Amino acid sequence: MYRYDEFDHALVAERISQFRGQVERRLAGALSEDQFKPLRLMNGLYLQLHAYMLRINVPYGTLSSRQLRRLAAIARRYDRGFGHFTTRQNLQLNWIRLHQVPDILAELAEVEMNAMQSSGNCVRNVTSDQFAGRIREEVADPRPWCELIRQWSILHPEFSYLPRKFKIAVTGSPHDRAAVRVHDIGLHLHRNAGGELGFEVVVGGGLGRMPFIGSTIREFLPTADLLSYLEAVLRVYNLGGRRDNIHRARIKVQVNALGVGQFRELVEQEWQQVRASPLLAVPEAEVARIQAYFAPPAWETLPDAGGALAARGREVPDFGRWLARNVVEHRASGYAIVNVPLKTPGRVPGDATSDQMGAVADLADRYSLGEVRVSHRQNLVLPDVRQADLFDLWTALARLELAAPNTGLVSDIVACPGLDYCSLANARSISVAQDIARRFADPDEAADIGNLAINISGCMNACGHHHVGHIGILGVEKNGREFYQLTLGGSSAEDTSLGDRLGPGVSAEEVPLVIARIVERYKALRREGERFLDSYRRVGMDEFKAAAYGDAPPHSRQRESA
Amino acid sequence: MALVKDGAVVADPFIDATGLAAVPAAGPVIVGLEQWRAGQDGLIARRDPVGIRLRSDQHPAAIADDLAHLAVVALEFPVFRDGRAYSYARLLRERWGYRGELRAVGDVLPDQLHFMQRVGFDAFEIGGDDPAGTWRAATGGFSTWYQATGDGRVPARQLRHGRPGG
Repeated sequence: MYRYDEFDHALVAERISQFRGQVERRLAGALSEDQFKPLRLMNGLYLQLHAYMLRINVPYGTLSSRQLRRLAAIARRYDRGFGHFTTRQNLQLNWIRLHQVPDILAELAEVEMNAMQSSGNCVRNVTSDQFAGRIREEVADPRPWCELIRQWSILHPEFSYLPRKFKIAVTGSPHDRAAVRVHDIGLHLHRNAGGELGFEVVVGGGLGRMPFIGSTIREFLPTADLLSYLEAVLRVYNLGGRRDNIHRARIKVQVNALGVGQFRELVEQEWQQVRASPLLAVPEAEVARIQAYFAPPAWETLPDAGGALAARGREVPDFGRWLARNVVEHRASGYAIVNVPLKTPGRVPGDATSDQMGAVADLADRYSLGEVRVSHRQNLVLPDVRQADLFDLWTALARLELAAPNTGLVSDIVACPGLDYCSLANARSISVAQDIARRFADPDEAADIGNLAINISGCMNACGHHHVGHIGILGVEKNGREFYQLTLGGSSAEDTSLGDRLGPGVSAEEVPLVIARIVERYKALRREGERFLDSYRRVGMDEFKAAAYGDAPPHSRQRESA
Repeated sequence: MALVKDGAVVADPFIDATGLAAVPAAGPVIVGLEQWRAGQDGLIARRDPVGIRLRSDQHPAAIADDLAHLAVVALEFPVFRDGRAYSYARLLRERWGYRGELRAVGDVLPDQLHFMQRVGFDAFEIGGDDPAGTWRAATGGFSTWYQATGDGRVPARQLRHGRPGG
């Protein structure tokens, strides 16, 4: 993985020093909260319901064991001994004291991490495929390009006061695990007919109050032109994006208002000018330097042990379930990618305690070449595990309550922090997720239901990506009570779709019941090999709507429509 | 509010005529886009230098052909979070080759000065007790940058490979 050199270290140190001064001015009263707000946001520091929240970047979801261990230590020393992994592969600490933030940043810098631009109206942490560099289907590792984008975007003098936040995701595989079509810019690495590597450029996707699926504005962008093209898109947005209404300020609104054809034309015109200047040329040696950090590790030459593993799985059914759900084929023979769900039923989705983080870091050192990944579905991944070590690893993970065999299943729920922490939320997310996970805690039942992505957001800002859940749940507040609106049929994968509204909202207590009814309907009508999403797309909403509300409409139905 | 150039507070010889009903007959003046369009020939014919002040919704492409006649281009930040002028500044410097004074006016926060300097501003309206000190503190903290702009500073991605043996 990438390592800082003296330039990277100097820049982060200088930024911390600048922020330390800003914090001191705030604490001394020289800056008002209004004046301090944009400065702290640029460094990932929010003021939440109860305390400051610090959002730490995990660039493109890749962590070393040393970094994860440091995150564990920081959460233990400066917070309450746990952290929350987010849908943007970052870590949030929820109980932070302002005067300690510069010291936290200094501790992060020691392990080559930072919180720069994890908030604010600027280019945010670049996200990617949690299996990057390890999955067999991959065309090319997206992470070197993510790192190039990371450096280009950090403290960008022109693009630090954009109309609104700006999120970029990159994937290098046919299967999209990075949700590139619901980002401001999504980049899909692929090869053209001539075998050259380039990007499909998708612009204007996003969730929130106005969800849009992004549009492809360029089928093939040569990798050498990446930064000049990004600069052109950002300039068109910086100059033309709306600034009069915070809810209309994302690039998706601009693309939609202009029409994708005209937006593309503006970008192409600007790009012809930008690329004529030498400023954005990237030395080939620099690309090679970054790529070298992502070269495959020295895997041993090992025979495939799949047969023996399957036999072991039959002997030990719990291990067999875990193997079937959480272990993914690796590009190197004899190795496996292991999902480590932060979704043990009853726990807070995406939360990890310091003890768990430290223990996973130790397991990464012992079994996974010292590397850990974070997925946008709020789970961890050990990317380089020898098949021969899987049983021992499973045993260790089970002791940590990190071996729930539920990757991609009904209890693998994505949820924002919701009303328990967030000052924007209208409703709780965490407890709803916990109730659903408990309702489907039987692993055999969950396995029978199969792949089902549930996403919960506690408000319309959609941090839980409810629009793209196979089942989406949106918390709303009406007359002082929480209600939950369900959507069906969303997807953030390569078959991106936005969910359709099921009908009237239901109370928190009714959510697991309604989902159980939808699941029962699915089980009754599914065809061989059909996921819930496939069945929904085949039969449509009416079947599920009739089932969801049962014979007796939920009592909340009348109340909400009243 | 003081004008800071090259790290020092300087006297501003220009009269800001943008709010005035009539442009003063003599002396250095800064006019608005409408005033410039209405009296361009007369303004060019004056012995004294002329500048223009643009709002953030006025794209400087409108004056790209007039830049040789302008001693100052002042770009407004109506509120600190309106970042359009960062792009305007780069277009003026890098695309249209403007070499005169580029002045940042309006809601110019100390913590933004470094970015403004990097996109091509060389004059800043700064408030407070010690504007020059504010400017020095805000622009002196960085020795490394990842981006190349028209200010000629070499970004890390080039420096890494310009070093002997690097």
